[in-house]
This record gives sequence, structure tokens and C-alpha cells, in this order.
Amino acid sequence: MIPKALIEETAAQLMATAAIEIPADYLAGIRAMTAAEEGDLSAFVLNAMLDNWDAASEDRRPMCADTGLPRYFVKAGNEAVIEGGFVALEEALRSATARATREVPLRPNRVHPLTRRHNDDNVGINAPEIEVSFEPEADWLDITTVHKGGLFGTDYRMLFPGDGVDGIKRFFLDTLIAFGRRGLACQPAIVGIGLGGSKDVCMTLGKQAACLRVVGDANPDPEIAELEAELKELGNSIGMGAMGFVGSSMVVDCHIEVGYTHTGALPISVHCFCLSSRRAVARIHADGSVETRTDPKWFTPYMRRDTVTWPKSTESSRKSG
Amino acid sequence: MAEKHGKLEEVRLTTPVSTEAIAGLKLGQVVYLDGVVYTGREGVYQRILDEGLAPPVDLKALSNVNFHCSPAASVAEDGTCNVGAVTATASFRFSKWMARWFEVSGARVIIGKGGMAEAYYKSVFVPAGAVYLVTVGYGTGALLGRGIKRVRAVHWLEELGIAQALWVFEVENFGPLLVESDAAGNSLFESHNRALAARIEGLYEGLKPPALHRYGETDDRKDELI
Repeated sequence: MIPKALIEETAAQLMATAAIEIPADYLAGIRAMTAAEEGDLSAFVLNAMLDNWDAASEDRRPMCADTGLPRYFVKAGNEAVIEGGFVALEEALRSATARATREVPLRPNRVHPLTRRHNDDNVGINAPEIEVSFEPEADWLDITTVHKGGLFGTDYRMLFPGDGVDGIKRFFLDTLIAFGRRGLACQPAIVGIGLGGSKDVCMTLGKQAACLRVVGDANPDPEIAELEAELKELGNSIGMGAMGFVGSSMVVDCHIEVGYTHTGALPISVHCFCLSSRRAVARIHADGSVETRTDPKWFTPYMRRDTVTWPKSTESSRKSG
Repeated sequence: MAEKHGKLEEVRLTTPVSTEAIAGLKLGQVVYLDGVVYTGREGVYQRILDEGLAPPVDLKALSNVNFHCSPAASVAEDGTCNVGAVTATASFRFSKWMARWFEVSGARVIIGKGGMAEAYYKSVFVPAGAVYLVTVGYGTGALLGRGIKRVRAVHWLEELGIAQALWVFEVENFGPLLVESDAAGNSLFESHNRALAARIEGLYEGLKPPALHRYGETDDRKDELI
């Protein structure tokens, strides 16, 4: 049984880690881009960001004051048992959000959309978002927190099958150029693309592709992986770098996730994670031990299953302890 | 900084920033500030300019530097403030208030994210003798946070909340910031956008347009959006 108090404690610590420490994969990606950047101003910006991440880590202060919209992605093993059940899990994550907002501190960004009323703790109606997915043959609980900025760098469009890859490329360019100017997308970013699904799932897949896959990861489908590489190169050939200054640093990596969609449709969403790329992950095992990491490992073979059944684990058991 | 990159020129300014110092700023210079900086964004502008409330502090005597920002901060029961990071928010949303704001507040330096339109600098900033400094990144929140030596006051915390309240920061070596608009109203961003515009058509070459257009869609990708 995984204790509720342990979930809350772990989640609150993840919130601090996400706000303060740049994930290693993203940092390595930015270092490589900085070395390759020819634009003086774009390179200045990237070097300032490298200094900023050092300062955040040394001082234990958030990298960026816009600590985004804190939220959670939970992957529950099918055999995981949570004290108090999933309602208790949600309560623990809401409580951790309020606590971390006060203690880190995070900026209390969450407000009512019309009245702008706020609780000053990043908790409210439908906030924080808690998305739950499942994993067969496992008894652990993976908790990922992501604090993504909320204003710029994301767009959705309904394309059609005849628009094809040309349409995808055009919309990709449109989004990066529109939000890349003046640096509103806070690039260079991990760019996530959702293709297909129903409209809401298209948005969700793109968001998850940006926030829950690490720099260097490729989609296991070779055809999708090829498009990921092609779009990354296209984005970096716009001529635009950090803050929209002339340069080449736009896309640290490009991740595409797909969902089966309507036969007449090709919906697409594009999402830019930002220069702070706040994500932190912990696995709570059934015996109460906790391991932290930065790779959410969200898109498992089970998540991407395409028939009634799914690829079964070859190990005898993925249970812990 | 890597050696292959040109070194940008650095300037250190003290608040209130003098007319001479403002006149000497060049696009793309790196600026660090010493003195006093206050935050103010839509919440503050609405109260003072739309609702007609008196500013909670004599802004003209305080500083002429207005930061479009809200900090990641918490305020304890006894009123002590813990400011972690500070980062700018996108300024273009506040452009409708700036002309009157310059009059009422005496602000001459605006710090923010994304800048404003060059045409707007020329029509509103230049007559007021004001310039725009842009934060870097975006998201050098920890570096800017280090530059805040003391929170002198936080006004309208109850009414507006942490994000929208009017914070008064005593700062030292506060930066880096880049000169985005100069005394003549030229914009660093728009000069780069013009350089990029020449390449845009080529990027789309050979890609057929989508079957269904979006209502009101423009095909001129060189247009400014703000």
C-alpha cells in the first residue's frame, strides 16, 4: 500500500525540483545549440540562460518567475494500491501544489478566467490538472510534475488528408515563426506535435509530446521518427534563434505523437515547451521506496498500443520488491 | 561566452535614469541597473488609469523604471517577503495604457518581455522620452532575482494578489537587459524581423497551401502580429 502522506511529500519535492533544476537532457541540448549558434545576440541569450540555470541551482531559487501552470501526470501500475484510493491521490497532489506554491515559492498564477479570483495557491476549479494513465504488470506509481508557461507557442488546426506532410510543415512553420518572433515562444524549445485523434486528444498528445519526452528521444515508428528529424531541421533553418534574433537555435528536439483520427481529417497541434522546461519525476514503489528521475517514460508500448491487445512484457514481472 | 561570438557592449545605469543616459542608449547594448525598480502591469494600470485611484506611493519620487513583471514570491504572516525569481511578462498587452502611464507615473524606462511595436515607440515612447529594455531569455529569473537586494514595499497585495501587486525592489547590478528601443524609437526586434522576412517566402516554397483557409487569415507572413 502506497501511503497518501508519502505521495504528498514526494509531489511537493518534485514541484521544487521542477522549478529550480533544468533537466540534464535539455541542458545538454542547449549547450550543443549554443556551440553551433552563429548569431551574436542569440548566442548571448543562450549563454545568459546557462548562467541563469547555474544561479537557480546554487541559490535554490526558481529558474524563471513565471512558474507556469503546475500540473501532474500520474502513471499507475495496474496492481498499485493507494491508501485511500485515487480520490486520496488527487487530494494529496492538490495539497502538495498549495504547499509548494508557498514554500518554493512558486508564483500563484492560477485565477478564475472571468472574475480573476484566486486562492493564491495554484489550486482551483480544474486546477492543477491531474492526468492518469495505467501500466500493466506493475505495482508502482509514477508521478511527473510539469510547470509549463501558458500564453504562447501553441496552436491547433484542422487539416485534411490531402494537405498531407506539406500542410503539416506549413503549420509547423506558421506556429514557430508567429510565436518565435520577439521570442514569445521562449525558444529554443522542445516542440511537441499532436497528429490525429479527436480535437481534444490532438491537443493532449502534442502537449504530452513536448513535456513528457526527453531531448534525444525518437518515436519508435521509423516513419514518424523521420518526420520528427525533418521538422527539427526545418525549424532550425528558419533563420531565427533565441528571442527571435537572427540565428539558428529554434528547436532543441521535435517529438510527434499520433492518435487514430477521422478518415476525413488530419488535425494537428504544435506546442513549444520553454527555456525552463520544468519537469520532474518520481517512482513510488509498493514498498515505499522512492526513485527520482527526469524522464517521464510516459509513452510506453502500452500507451501506444494499436490493437485490442498490447505487447506483453518479456520479464516475468515488473513488480517492485 | 564562446570566442567566435562578438562581445556585446555593456552599460550600467542608476535610477532615476537620466535623460542623457537614455539618449545615449544603443540597440542591442546590455544594461545592468542599480537603484529602485517597481512592478506594475494590468492590475495596477486598471486601478490607477481606468478606475482613477491615487497611486499607493509617490511614483515620480520613487523611480522612473517600471518593470512588467510579477515575482515568484511569498509573503509571511508578519509581512516579510521571500522573493525567489523575477521574470518579465509580455508587454504588448499593456500598450493601450502607456501614453497616460508615462504622464501619471513619470516612468521613462519600461522593462518587459517581447517589446512593443516600433510604430508605437515612435508615437508614444519618443514624445515621452522613454525607452524599452527587454529581459533576456526569456526566463533569466534567477539572475534577476539575485539583483534584488531588498523588497522595500509591496502595495495592493490584498487587492491584487502576489502576481499583480505593485512591488518596490531595491536593485544592484540588475540584469542582463537588452536595449530594445532607443531614444529615436527604433526597435531591435523589428530590425531582426525585417532581416528574417527576406527568408520567409523561401521556407514555404513548394509546400501547397491547405484546402481550407482560416477565417481572416493573412497570407503575408511578414506582418507584425502585435
